Amino acid sequence: MDLLLTLPILIPLTWSLVLYPVRRRRALSHAIAITGATLLLGATALLLVFLVSGKGIEVVTIGSWPPPYGIVLVADLLSAAMLLVCALVSWAAVVYSTDWIDPGREQAGYYSLVFALLLGVNGAFLTGDLFNLYVWFEVMLMASFVLLVLGVERGQVEGGIKYVSLNLLASTFFLSATGILYGIAGTLNFADLSRVLESVDPHILNVVAALFGIAFGIKAGVFPLFFWLPASYHTPPVPVSALFAGLLTKVGVYALIRVFTLLFVHDPGWTHRILLACAALTMLTGVLGALAQHDVRRILSFHIISQIGYMIFGLALLTPLGLASSVFYLIHHIVVKTNLFFIGGLLERRFGTGLLDRVGGLFRTQAWLGVLFLIPAFSLAGIPPLSGFVAKLLVIRAGLAAHAYLATTIAVVVGLLTLLSMLKIWNEAFWKAPPVPAVVNERPGPYSVQVLLPIFVLASVTVFLGLAGEPILAVAQRAAEQLLDRHGYQAAVFSIVAESVGTGG
Amino acid sequence: MEVLFAIMVGTLYGCALYLLLRRSIVKLTVGLILIGNGANLLLFSAGGLVRGRPPLVLEGTSTVPAPYADPLPQALILTAIVISFGVLVFAVALIYQTYRALATDDLDDLTTTDRLGEVSETAHQPVVPVGTSLSSDQGS
Repeated sequence: MDLLLTLPILIPLTWSLVLYPVRRRRALSHAIAITGATLLLGATALLLVFLVSGKGIEVVTIGSWPPPYGIVLVADLLSAAMLLVCALVSWAAVVYSTDWIDPGREQAGYYSLVFALLLGVNGAFLTGDLFNLYVWFEVMLMASFVLLVLGVERGQVEGGIKYVSLNLLASTFFLSATGILYGIAGTLNFADLSRVLESVDPHILNVVAALFGIAFGIKAGVFPLFFWLPASYHTPPVPVSALFAGLLTKVGVYALIRVFTLLFVHDPGWTHRILLACAALTMLTGVLGALAQHDVRRILSFHIISQIGYMIFGLALLTPLGLASSVFYLIHHIVVKTNLFFIGGLLERRFGTGLLDRVGGLFRTQAWLGVLFLIPAFSLAGIPPLSGFVAKLLVIRAGLAAHAYLATTIAVVVGLLTLLSMLKIWNEAFWKAPPVPAVVNERPGPYSVQVLLPIFVLASVTVFLGLAGEPILAVAQRAAEQLLDRHGYQAAVFSIVAESVGTGG
Repeated sequence: MEVLFAIMVGTLYGCALYLLLRRSIVKLTVGLILIGNGANLLLFSAGGLVRGRPPLVLEGTSTVPAPYADPLPQALILTAIVISFGVLVFAVALIYQTYRALATDDLDDLTTTDRLGEVSETAHQPVVPVGTSLSSDQGS
C-alpha cells in the first residue's frame, strides 16, 4: 500500500531523471516516455480501485515520522480521481508530443520536463502538509516555466513574462499566508491544522483565508486574477498548451477545494459567499472573453476560465451535491479541454494558423475530424448525452437546491454562450467555404497514429462519462462526502500515529 | 524585535509593490526579488523570535525548557530561499531573452499575445541571435 501511494510521485521522478540523459536519442526517448506515462496511468488506476474498494482514504508517513511532525501523503478519493484523470491526459499529451514536438525542443529535454511537471502535479494532489504543497507547487511551476518558453519564440517569451511574474506573485501570497497561519496555529499538517483552527478567532482566519484565496485563485484563474492565462496559454506548442490546459489550473482548483473544505469552514457566510460571487463572475467574464476572440487556441483559453467558474461554484455552495458536482466537473473538464486543444492543434497544422478568418472548408475534406471536434465541443457546452451535460446538470441542481438562483441563472446562460462560441469555431473552421488565398499547408498528408490515438481515446472517455458515468458519479459523491467529513480526515491521519506507536515504529 | 521585523517586512512589501507596478521589466524583476525576501522574513518571524535558546534537549532531561527558538520556520525559510533563488535565476534569464526578442524594457509594449483578433506574424519566429537582431528590429 505504501508503495502504491508513493508511485505517482516516484514514477515521474525516475522518468524525469532517466529521460534527460537520453534526450538526444529520439526513438529511445519516445519509447521510454510512453512507457512511463502508461505505467503512471496503471498505477493511478490501481490506487483509485484500491481506495474505492477499501476504506476510501489512505495515509503514508514519509520516513516514518509521525504526523504532525513529519510529512504525510494522504490519498482520498478526490486525490485519487484527480491523479487518474491527470495521468490519462498526460499519457495522451506524451503520445501526441512524440509526433508533434520538433527535435530541437526534444533535445533540450522536453520529455524530462513533462515528467517533472507531473511530479509537481501529483505531489500537490497527494501531500497532507501545507508547506509541502508549496514545494510541489514550485516544482510544478518551475517545470511549466521552462516548458512554456522552451524553443524561445517571440510570442513565448512575451507570454512567459506575464505567466512567470503573476505566478511568482501568487507563490509569494501562498508563502506569506503559510507563514501567518503557522504563527497562528503552530502547525502545518492539514489534519492538525483543521483540528487546531476550530478554536481560533474567526476574524484572523478570514484574513488568512483571503490570502489563500488570492494565491490559489491566481493559479486557478479565478475572476479578477486570470489575466496571465489567456495571455500565455496559446503561445507554446500545441501539446504543451493542451497539457497546461488540462493540468495546471486544476491543481489550483484542487488546492482551493482542499483548503476551503478542510481548513476555512469557520465562517462560510463570508468566505464561501465571496467564492460564489467570484465563481459567477468567472463563468461570465471567461465566456464573454471567448466570444470576442478569433483564434482557436485563444477562444479555448478563455473557456478554461469560464469552466473554472463552474467548479468553484460547486465548492462555494459547500453542500454534498455541490462538491460532487465540482469533482465530476473537474474530471470531465480535464479530459474535454485537453482534447479540444489537440483538435485545435490539427486545425493549426492544416492551415498554418489558428486564426478563424484564414481557415475553413474542413468538413468537405475531413468530415470525421468535424465529428471528432463536435464530441468535446458539445460536451463543453453541456449537450446530452455527453459528459458535460451530466456535469452541468449536477451544478445547476446543486445551485437550485442551495437557493443560489442568480448564480445558477448565470451558469445556464454561460452554457448557451459556450455553445455559441463552439459553433463559431465549427462554422468558421469546418462549415464555411475554404479560404480564398491558397492555404499555407505546413505539414500536409494523413495524420499519424500518435496524433489521432489520443484524440480518439479522450473522445471515447467523454462519451463514456456521459452514457455510463454512473460509477464515476458515485465516486464523485463519495469524494464529496469525504471532503465534508473533516473529522474522518483527521482520524485517518492520526490513526497512523497510534499504529506506529503501537508497533514500536 | 518582532515589531522591527514587522516594519521591515512591511517596507519590503511596499517597495516591491511599487516596483511591480512600474512599466520596466527590470524593475518588475527587482520587485519580485524584494517581495520574495519580504515573504521569507515574514515566515522567519512567524513562529516568534527567541534569542540564544536553541531547541536542544540538555543531558539528563527529556524536554526542552520553555522559551526556545522554533526550528521549523528556519527549516521552511531555507527551503523557500533555495526555491526563490532558482526561480529568480530563471526570471532574469527570461527578461534577457525578452529583451533580445523584442528589444524593449517596457511592459506596455508586450501586448501582442493579448491583442484581439490579430496574431503577430513574428509570434512563432525564434528569437534571433544578439547583435544582428537589435539593429534590424529597431529599424523595422
